[in-house]
Amino acid sequence: MSNSLKTKVVVLLCIAAFLALIFYQPRPAETGKITLQYWEKWNGFEADAMRAVVDDFNSSQDRIHVEYTSVSNLDRKLMLATAGGVPPDVAGIYGQLLPVYAENNALTPLDALAAKYQIKRENYINVFWDMCFYRDHLWAMPTTPGSLALIWNKKMFRDAGLDPDQPPRSIAELESFNERLTRHAPDGSLIAMGHLPTEPGWFPSTWGLWFGGQFWNGKDKITVDSPENIAAYQWIQSYPQRFGADKILAFRDSFGNFASAQNAFFTGRVAMILQGPWIYNFIKNYAPADFEWGVAAFPSVDPSRLKDVTWVQSDAIVIPHGARHPEASFEFIKYVESQAEMEKLCLGQRKFSPLRATSPDFYKNNPNPHIAEFEALARSSNAHITPQLTIWNQCDDAFGNAVTQISTGNQTAEEALSEIQAREQDEFDRRLSRWNRLAPTLTAEWNQP
Amino acid sequence: MTRGERANLGLGLAFTSPWLIGFLAFCLYPLLCSLYYSCCDYSVLSTPVFIGLQNYRNLAVDALFWQSVCNTLFFAAVAIPLGLVVSLVLALLLNCKIPGRGIFRTIFFLPSLVPMVCLGALWQWMLNGQLGLVNNALAPLFRLVNGLLGTHLTPPDWLQDEHYAKWGVIFTVLWGVGNAVVIYLAGLQDVPRYLYEAADIDGASAWQKTWHITLPVLSPVIYFNTVMGLIGSFQVFAIPYVMTGGTDGPGRSLLFVTTYLFQNAFDYWNMGYACAIGVILFLIIFGLTIVATKLSQKHVYYAGK
Repeated sequence: MSNSLKTKVVVLLCIAAFLALIFYQPRPAETGKITLQYWEKWNGFEADAMRAVVDDFNSSQDRIHVEYTSVSNLDRKLMLATAGGVPPDVAGIYGQLLPVYAENNALTPLDALAAKYQIKRENYINVFWDMCFYRDHLWAMPTTPGSLALIWNKKMFRDAGLDPDQPPRSIAELESFNERLTRHAPDGSLIAMGHLPTEPGWFPSTWGLWFGGQFWNGKDKITVDSPENIAAYQWIQSYPQRFGADKILAFRDSFGNFASAQNAFFTGRVAMILQGPWIYNFIKNYAPADFEWGVAAFPSVDPSRLKDVTWVQSDAIVIPHGARHPEASFEFIKYVESQAEMEKLCLGQRKFSPLRATSPDFYKNNPNPHIAEFEALARSSNAHITPQLTIWNQCDDAFGNAVTQISTGNQTAEEALSEIQAREQDEFDRRLSRWNRLAPTLTAEWNQP
Repeated sequence: MTRGERANLGLGLAFTSPWLIGFLAFCLYPLLCSLYYSCCDYSVLSTPVFIGLQNYRNLAVDALFWQSVCNTLFFAAVAIPLGLVVSLVLALLLNCKIPGRGIFRTIFFLPSLVPMVCLGALWQWMLNGQLGLVNNALAPLFRLVNGLLGTHLTPPDWLQDEHYAKWGVIFTVLWGVGNAVVIYLAGLQDVPRYLYEAADIDGASAWQKTWHITLPVLSPVIYFNTVMGLIGSFQVFAIPYVMTGGTDGPGRSLLFVTTYLFQNAFDYWNMGYACAIGVILFLIIFGLTIVATKLSQKHVYYAGK
């Protein structure tokens, strides 16, 4: 063999070895079991709660094995993995993402499987089942839910001469409490406030609900600039007008991270906040041991008409489009949705159950002392799910920006909302025309037995 | 081509094939695809539908896109010259024969080893309006000015005030100029000693030597750093993304072109639109690089020419 031929052979062998190293994947050992990949968005104790349910399932039978992985930024990775044709068999996502995922054909419709396994709307608190239903199909099963409520610091109420067990019922009452609870330093800077909509400001798009506003007409029109919504954001606008935009900015800068002992609510800087049942975990980890807190419906502008208004969210468990074992995956989902396992999961995450029926021990064992109040709110006729819009992400971002602009006095409520209205209606029209184009193909596929 | 040349070519291609395959598969193919997808309504999962230049027409009237372009241009217009001057001055100082020069060089290079995410998180607190070290250091200065002029000025709330947020990011980015400094230092070692000796004989001052010898000889390195700075500035993403917690900053003052691209691609799943933004960004960088090359032709000195 000539030298140049030898060199070529060596080079080719090197390339072959290099490629083999890259693409080689060991074959899993054959066990006769169906192995399901489950991607979950949570980490920490919430992930552990689901892990315990997965372990129960794995030990309950010998036909299916679930491999559980906690995946960060799951909402992005799941879409890309599905697009790449390598989705997991089951995934735990945020419920408000379902319309985007469904309309992008990233999920398997569950109607037939749910019917087969006798899983019905009657088993669930209405809003959580409705959240999983989109474009006439069932896309997910609810897992761990939450509802938004007014959380107040009882000590601050007592110190201000207010009854610590009597939260405000209306926006007007909230503002009169706010006056009593707000304290200024001699130089005029803020020391404490009764309420500040931007603390922690996690739900900038929801404020309209407590003023009777809706985000859209349920069909084709965005209604962000309705009089009710404008009234809500005028209320937000009144904060910089009353307390001074610069003073509020300086006040907020003095807060520590939400997940820290310097949290403005735990440190007695802000007395009332809008939060969900997860606040218990933060209080347990970061608030002083003697911290006293109460939970009630967030006050609305007219409590006689708008009673127990809340915004609900839930995690959802889905089977991505293209998953290899949908039937086995649904068997696992059904197991998660059983009352005993659902209660175990929700107890582990310190939330309430999305199921209509709960065992008496569930409330007794739940370390969150206010879990029943949160659940009662979710059952209210004024409980609202996230608008089922495929443009929800950008709307929410737009509201975040609007609240910043309004809070700093850079825009009025009318200006900010009419900007969102124009922009999001355009975007929504585009999405609707995309849907109209795709609908015949997609619905035919979804309706296949 | 002789047989030997053909064999050599084959061998050369074989040895460079890992890079060639990588380039074709992971650079050229995605580049061409994104060019095609920029003319499509495409949401990653649905089949791309060709819509011609509609995405570009939408971009032309998209106020947020134009705001992101203006933010990026402002950032580049300030960060590039500032970074250039600061890194060049630091390199010239660190080239002086002073005791502990190696230690100083290490100290100035160290920040560029910090990952961008950590850099962003660190400066998020450094620039905090109430608790940040930057404002802590500025407070005495403001007290002095207020005392002298009877004003009530306060240090800016860097990342919460839309007028200062971009400056906050510029300072943060400036903290990582160590890489450019090292490249300048390497360039400085190539300046021929005899030129300085000749200038010394002619009685040139230190400034005259820097202006007439160092900078001209260093001009290819300055040009290189400028082009790299240009590309880096238009692609600024990680630091503002971390500093704002993934938002656009106050009044969308930190909405850069890359941020808007990322949001459209991976938050809103408007992949076709995001590709169009990518193409526009490519054209802006490409155009400015050509302009920089043209402008530099007269001023860059190559010893080999």
